[in-house]
Amino acid sequence: MSIAATQKQGFGAVIWDYLTTVDHKKIAHLYTFGGGFFFILGGIEALIIRIQLIKPENDFVSAGFYNEVITMHGTTMIFLAAMPLLLGLMNAAVPLQIGARDVAFPFLNSLGFWLFMFGGILLNCSWFLGGAPDAGWTSYAPLSTTSPGHGVDFYVMGLQIAGAGTLIGGINFLVTIINMRAPGMTYMRMPLFTWATFVTSILILFAFPALTIGLFLLMFDRMFDSAFFDVTLGGNTIIWQHLFWIFGHPEVYILILPVFGLFSDIFSTFSKKRLFGYTAMVFATMLIAFLGFMVWAHHMFTVGLGPVANTIFSIATMAIAVPTGIKIFNWLATMWGGSITINSAMLWSLGFIPSFTVGGMTGVMVATVAADYQYHDTYFVIAHFHYVIVGGTVFGIFAGFHYWWPKMFGRILNETMGKIAFWTFFIGFHLTFFIQHFLGLMGMPRRYWVFLEDQNLDLGNFISTIGAFFMAIGVIVFFINAIYSQVKGEKAPADPWDGRTLEWSIPSPPPYYNFKQLPLTRGLDPLWVEKTEGNGKMTPAEPLGEIHMPNNSFIPFVMSLGLFIAGFGFIYQTDNNAWFIALFGGMAIALGAMIVRSVKDDLGYHISKEELEREADE
Amino acid sequence: MKGWMGKLRALFLLGLVALILSGCGRENLTALVPKGYGSESSMKLIILTTVIMSAVFVIVMIVYVIVLLRFRKKKGQENFIPKQVEGHKGLEAVWTIIPIILVIIMAVPTTLISFDLAKTNDQKDSINIDITGNQYWWHFDYKGEEIQTSQDLYIPVGKKVYLNMLSSDVTHSFWVPSISGKMDVNPDNTNTMYIQAYEEGVYWGKCAELCGPSHSLMDFKVIVVSEEEYEQWIADMKSVDPKAKPENSVAQEGQELFEANNCMACHAIGSSPIATGPNLTDFGNRTKLAGYVEPTKENLVEWIVNPEKIKPGNLMTGKYPAVNKEEAEKIAEYLLQLKPSEIGPESAGK
Repeated sequence: MSIAATQKQGFGAVIWDYLTTVDHKKIAHLYTFGGGFFFILGGIEALIIRIQLIKPENDFVSAGFYNEVITMHGTTMIFLAAMPLLLGLMNAAVPLQIGARDVAFPFLNSLGFWLFMFGGILLNCSWFLGGAPDAGWTSYAPLSTTSPGHGVDFYVMGLQIAGAGTLIGGINFLVTIINMRAPGMTYMRMPLFTWATFVTSILILFAFPALTIGLFLLMFDRMFDSAFFDVTLGGNTIIWQHLFWIFGHPEVYILILPVFGLFSDIFSTFSKKRLFGYTAMVFATMLIAFLGFMVWAHHMFTVGLGPVANTIFSIATMAIAVPTGIKIFNWLATMWGGSITINSAMLWSLGFIPSFTVGGMTGVMVATVAADYQYHDTYFVIAHFHYVIVGGTVFGIFAGFHYWWPKMFGRILNETMGKIAFWTFFIGFHLTFFIQHFLGLMGMPRRYWVFLEDQNLDLGNFISTIGAFFMAIGVIVFFINAIYSQVKGEKAPADPWDGRTLEWSIPSPPPYYNFKQLPLTRGLDPLWVEKTEGNGKMTPAEPLGEIHMPNNSFIPFVMSLGLFIAGFGFIYQTDNNAWFIALFGGMAIALGAMIVRSVKDDLGYHISKEELEREADE
Repeated sequence: MKGWMGKLRALFLLGLVALILSGCGRENLTALVPKGYGSESSMKLIILTTVIMSAVFVIVMIVYVIVLLRFRKKKGQENFIPKQVEGHKGLEAVWTIIPIILVIIMAVPTTLISFDLAKTNDQKDSINIDITGNQYWWHFDYKGEEIQTSQDLYIPVGKKVYLNMLSSDVTHSFWVPSISGKMDVNPDNTNTMYIQAYEEGVYWGKCAELCGPSHSLMDFKVIVVSEEEYEQWIADMKSVDPKAKPENSVAQEGQELFEANNCMACHAIGSSPIATGPNLTDFGNRTKLAGYVEPTKENLVEWIVNPEKIKPGNLMTGKYPAVNKEEAEKIAEYLLQLKPSEIGPESAGK
């Protein structure tokens, strides 16, 4: 097994290896490919939206199709692109940053990925099966419960399956970070990205169940004739909004906290300084997460909750600006007095500061309840959250990939292409979204298929569309760069950036067991500590010995496939009872796979000491 | 030289003014030129928060630019290792406490204005209008007046008008940016808000919550007229005789066709509890057809013959036997002469 992994493999063997892998580094690749695919898909949907809005009363797409596109753009970008790409970065970096050989539950890690992938594919199957969901990514009842066709059913089942995968991933990272830290890696020595992953996982653990419940209620309303959201039968539609946003607001922080973490690592590395105010940064992260759970109703200011609820949620939301401000100033202070290298990873990080600050500013503005009566559901809000999610999360994902690409794939991304991608995307991003603040205040509500003539909205929308194409060019250049670097890129050394944390102490890409001997951590930025003391490499915390490794497994794939088939059964049994065969058949496959997993002893295998020594000689 | 500079400056200022004017959007639609109590209240907070937040942004950018200018790696100092600073209690306290103070400065007026806009103490003594949101049109019922109408909401200038809003199907949101912020129109419960317009005029209203394919076409108008004109309009609307025969013979045929095709099963003329489709009492005075199309006869004929083409997903399509173009022209003739009042959109602001 271990020998096979080190030999040159055929194409089929590589595919089989990826289908069965439980190695966090390969799962990171899978998340990157899967998330990258959906990112392109969501991007194409975004371009369709912008082409439709290039001029007033355009008829590029029909009204019904437009609603499908906006729904899928939001759903895809949040659930199937941003989160998986972040999970990819977490998988790539976190076990290495804490000096672990893998995550706590490698099998579950694989299961989490395949659930996400099959959920995403199920959701996108709707395009070919009568139309995608069209009730917005928020899927407000009763529009979602009354939407004809199966579109919203695909939304429910796809997200339910993908969401289970994310929840599993979150729990896995929690357990990993609590239990798998190398000797000396105390909590307050963890790199900020690991801290952010830890806090994000807590958010996932508490936020996703609200979505799961909401989706179950919606599923029963649509597929089994219940009436949780049917007002005429005593249901209540506002409950959906509460459940959705109790999940939905922490979700925003699930998207932004990991990039806060990785920016902290990047600023520190490329300024050659330790992070300014480390303790404050850790506690600010926790405070943001904590407050993030008690502000959901700021998405519902116009629902009619009354002034008491509105102002409480309004002020709680403004309070989040305080820890976020602490972070911005600590990053600036980290760079202050440093020796700053500006490369692509750093460019994306430096581009993030002004962009995200604007997003934060408008965040406080939309939190102001009586002002939000004007902003709510307009292009102002579109501009605000794209400044946060693109200017924050997407910039962070690009920065993270430039930073960790050498560790993930053993190659360094091309700097020239990296810079071209950054500048086109950065300029395009501001062109697209800055003007939308004004479009919103000038009276353009969001989710408008057409805007009418003679409303002074033409120029703003035109500029916005031009900007979107610049962003598309930036993304294309990045993808070309990624492929080019794999073929012709410079081979990465172990430590290309003069790094400070443990992942840079092992080869790029790391051997499948990561650390031959677990490293001893002697302070914050452990590799930097060793460098300043003249050692240049980590001191082992254990003698060279056998390493216990998990076996690959095809079961996670089968389990997810079973749920995927059952998903179709759930969706179509409303049309024809014969589909119950798919429902129960799929469930049987999933359950069977679980039973096999439970009764079959899989104790993994050991890499012998001799083998490790032999490899060291090569 | 000086004159030349002066001219340039004047030109620059003029350009700036023009840019700001056009940059604020269309009059009576944009929220940036408030013409009502609600929009003015929101605007106060918008200005306050924009000013404070812009100041924060400027400070961040000043530090940012200094960092980028001063602390980039210098030639010949490639091996320079900066001092590893852990933190600075005083500085960190400064950028914690100042934001807290700023939040308090914003929180106080936010709270006051939010409670002010939610007041309903004088609702009983004010004009009350029940609003029903429907896919994709608005129904207005003037409480205590037995007047029902759709799409064009007539209100008197300067008076507080309470709107009690409920949806008949999915969630909508009532938004007239120039007069007031928005409020959701839920199917669950009645939401109440008041509006008060400062100036006469025809104001653009929008649906702001996704409600289906024609969400973007669910426009309406608020027509603000003088108090006397409003009284006149109320009186005229009350004295409508729904059975009145039109003078024109083509219109008379239209009226017969309107009845023969059973249009009034959904569309009431005169006061009626029927609100399946828009009430057509003052159809001839409408600012727009179907919410957004110019009210010409050709457009109306097209709307009657093929509603789906004008408003995708509307609930009128297929509800009546096919009407040919000739018949539709007669019906249009009948509908367009339904003008029970002299007070129309033209009255606003004159």
